[in-house]
Amino acid sequence: MNDMSTEGYTTADGRKIGGVLMEMKNITLRFGGVVAIKDISFDIREGEIRAIIGPNGAGKSSMLNVISGFYVPQEGEVWFRGYRRGPMRPYQVARLGIARTFQNIALFEGMSVLDNIMTGRLNHMKSGMLAQALWWGKAEREESENREQVEKIIDFLEIQNIRKTPVGRLPYGLKKRVELARALAAEPKLLLLDEPMAGMNVEEKEDMSRFILDVNDEFGTTIALIEHDMGVVMDLSDRVVVMDYGKKIGDGTPDEVRRNQDVIDAYLGVAHD
Amino acid sequence: MPTEILYGVEVALNGLMAGVLYALVALGFVLIFKASGIFNYSQGVMALFAALTLVGIMEGQVPFAHLINAIFGTKIHHFGWEVPALLAIALTTIVMVVFAWLVQRFIFRHLVGQEPIILFMATIGLAYFLEGVGDLMWGSDIKTLDVGLPQGASFWIEENTAFLGGEDFYGFFIDKLDVVAAVVAAVLVAGLVIFSQYTKQGRAMRAVADDHQAALSVGISLSFIWVLVWSLAGFVALVAGIMWGAKSGVQFSLSLIALKALPVLMLGGFTSIPGAIVGGLIIGVGEKLFEFLIGPMVGGATENWFAYVLALIFLVFRPQGLFGEKIIERV
Repeated sequence: MNDMSTEGYTTADGRKIGGVLMEMKNITLRFGGVVAIKDISFDIREGEIRAIIGPNGAGKSSMLNVISGFYVPQEGEVWFRGYRRGPMRPYQVARLGIARTFQNIALFEGMSVLDNIMTGRLNHMKSGMLAQALWWGKAEREESENREQVEKIIDFLEIQNIRKTPVGRLPYGLKKRVELARALAAEPKLLLLDEPMAGMNVEEKEDMSRFILDVNDEFGTTIALIEHDMGVVMDLSDRVVVMDYGKKIGDGTPDEVRRNQDVIDAYLGVAHD
Repeated sequence: MPTEILYGVEVALNGLMAGVLYALVALGFVLIFKASGIFNYSQGVMALFAALTLVGIMEGQVPFAHLINAIFGTKIHHFGWEVPALLAIALTTIVMVVFAWLVQRFIFRHLVGQEPIILFMATIGLAYFLEGVGDLMWGSDIKTLDVGLPQGASFWIEENTAFLGGEDFYGFFIDKLDVVAAVVAAVLVAGLVIFSQYTKQGRAMRAVADDHQAALSVGISLSFIWVLVWSLAGFVALVAGIMWGAKSGVQFSLSLIALKALPVLMLGGFTSIPGAIVGGLIIGVGEKLFEFLIGPMVGGATENWFAYVLALIFLVFRPQGLFGEKIIERV
């Protein structure tokens, strides 16, 4: 174990936030000569909705990819649930309990909504290949249990009517929701959302915001999200990290961040005089 | 019943049986295409290699005997034992799994994210490489493969259909091996369909075929799935190799049967396991009946081109095949 603080805090709306779930320490990520992330540290606490925001090209998505294992930082440490995480492949990170969605949707287009969400349960299935093929003993019980869990999520996200539809046929907004469902099906310790509201209209954004809050409330899932839309982020999140040109320029509650002069400069620009 | 019609029925039945053999080869293609989007040109050679290995192991041949003898001046060719068929099949399966692992480790792992055409060309290279290795390992002479499958005409069928012809005493001539092949193919297909639809690994396989990034994000290891799929394709190649080898001997022209699997795939769809079977049967029956009915009018030898023309027609009117995934495009 390490020396991370375990005491939490209470949010403005009275939710109890727990100890540190994930901590990024002095992360630096380079692509050749380009420094995408420069010496950034922050933590994510249990039960919290944590946002990472910043203008275009600030390094938000790179940060998310570091957390989910798609990129390996050159410097710095990633701590998860009290242990230091070595370099890992994305599928190993997923097995640790970190699920994610993608900015430009990565679903299995040829499979039905139900099957897509079931893939989220892959790591919860333990019985052997033969037993599953023959629908035998433990495998049968396991499949029904997993199915039940998936149905709960389908109900929760209100996508009952499209469960048999091949994902390729769905409109954009629904695809985003199916992707969220698949990530939720894994019962993640940490849920990463990469621009969950990108390209949505106001109504779809409101729906998505509601789902994110409900997920956090109902399942107690810790959520880290990247978003462009400042308004949405400020309403949703408990604490916000602000990035600009690969550096962290602000970290705190939405109100604190809103008052931060560096953040205002980054978003609105400064006069060079 | 007049004998001409009976003869036609017999031709169709034999076509069905030949179709089963085409389907067995096509099945291997479908498996790999489904899971990785790679059209595996080397599938036919894999069947050949599997059959060669099986015969080699059964006869106790020393692998790479010529090479060893040339280098060390020895004169070894055989270990001097014979391996029972079932054990040899198990050993060959292990060889095919090792082959699958090697292919994934040394070829496809380095080509992740490349264009399909590059992957396709890699499999062409693999085909010639594997053919060479097969030659070097087991020698290039034609071998007979006898794993104890029943062969020759089935008298039971002939006797029990004799009454159909009335006074002409016409009995159907059907090779027992073909019947065995049909049963084996049916079991194999049932097994594969159940595997890909109802098991965790099968679902993971379909997921990998669809989107690599998404598959990784739900915790699927790409390497594991690829080794699994190539192993399965290797096993299917082994079964096809056994059937074709038992029918016409294990020889290097075996790798050319892969070409006949192409029209089968175009008919059935590249992504459908049942499609491979139905496509195989249609081609088998179609080419035999066409030869029987139309052949005499155009001077015969229609079997050489019929399948390809049929495939061409399908490409024009139904490019995804009979059972292939619908091509959905949202704009």
